[in-house]
Amino acid sequence: MSETRAIAVEKVLPYAPERIWRTLTTSELIGKWLMPNDFAPRVGHRFNFRTKPVGDWDGVVTCEVLACEPPRLLRYSWKGGSDSNPAYGSRLDSVVTWTLTPVEGGTHLRMVHDGFVFPGNRFAFDAMSPGWGKVLDSIARVTAEA
Amino acid sequence: MTPTAQLTTVMKTLADPTRRAVFERIAEEGEVAATGLVKGSKVSQPAISQHLRALRDAGLVSERRDGRYIHYRVAPLALAPLIDWLGHYQSFWRERFENLEKLLKESGDE
Repeated sequence: MSETRAIAVEKVLPYAPERIWRTLTTSELIGKWLMPNDFAPRVGHRFNFRTKPVGDWDGVVTCEVLACEPPRLLRYSWKGGSDSNPAYGSRLDSVVTWTLTPVEGGTHLRMVHDGFVFPGNRFAFDAMSPGWGKVLDSIARVTAEA
Repeated sequence: MTPTAQLTTVMKTLADPTRRAVFERIAEEGEVAATGLVKGSKVSQPAISQHLRALRDAGLVSERRDGRYIHYRVAPLALAPLIDWLGHYQSFWRERFENLEKLLKESGDE
């Protein structure tokens, strides 16, 4: 059963977890690879990411640190967007989770961005039942065959 | 239609579970006639016709007429606004991940 979908990106990096952790949790460093921010590695800390405005959305992502367990788990909420934007910039109430697992030769870094509710806009959420994954998979298959 | 209006139409059309089941059936079968959809379904023929009309009006299925039969196929592009939304974030994170890797590499060995 899935009303939401998640994006996952993962890779084994040839660095120690502590070093990657610093890059994920130091405001200045985060600004270099992700977005300008006022992050602090503390559960309950509220912060923003700032990006380009899209449509009615001012480009501010509102976040709160939900979990911070150096050097293995970091989780923050990720809210932003506007109902009037259909694609990127659409309203999003989601959670980003980073996990770091030591492996031979480095660290397995995994990012999961969860909470992409279909439909993109808020109306009719209650009317939606499971089946989106199936629909989208079928569509992807049909599109690939076309 | 604006992208938002288009997305709204698509969502409203697929919010009905029976209609979504009809849509999924068509997607699974590739191409199917209305009679084929009625067979093996608990939904009546008039109801199926009505759902097919709604799906067609939303641009979610296309029709091919063959004598007295109409065959239906899904029109994948109608779902593009939904897929794009996720796709945008997918490429966003992939790019940021690459930035992160580059930054780690540049910061040198300790």
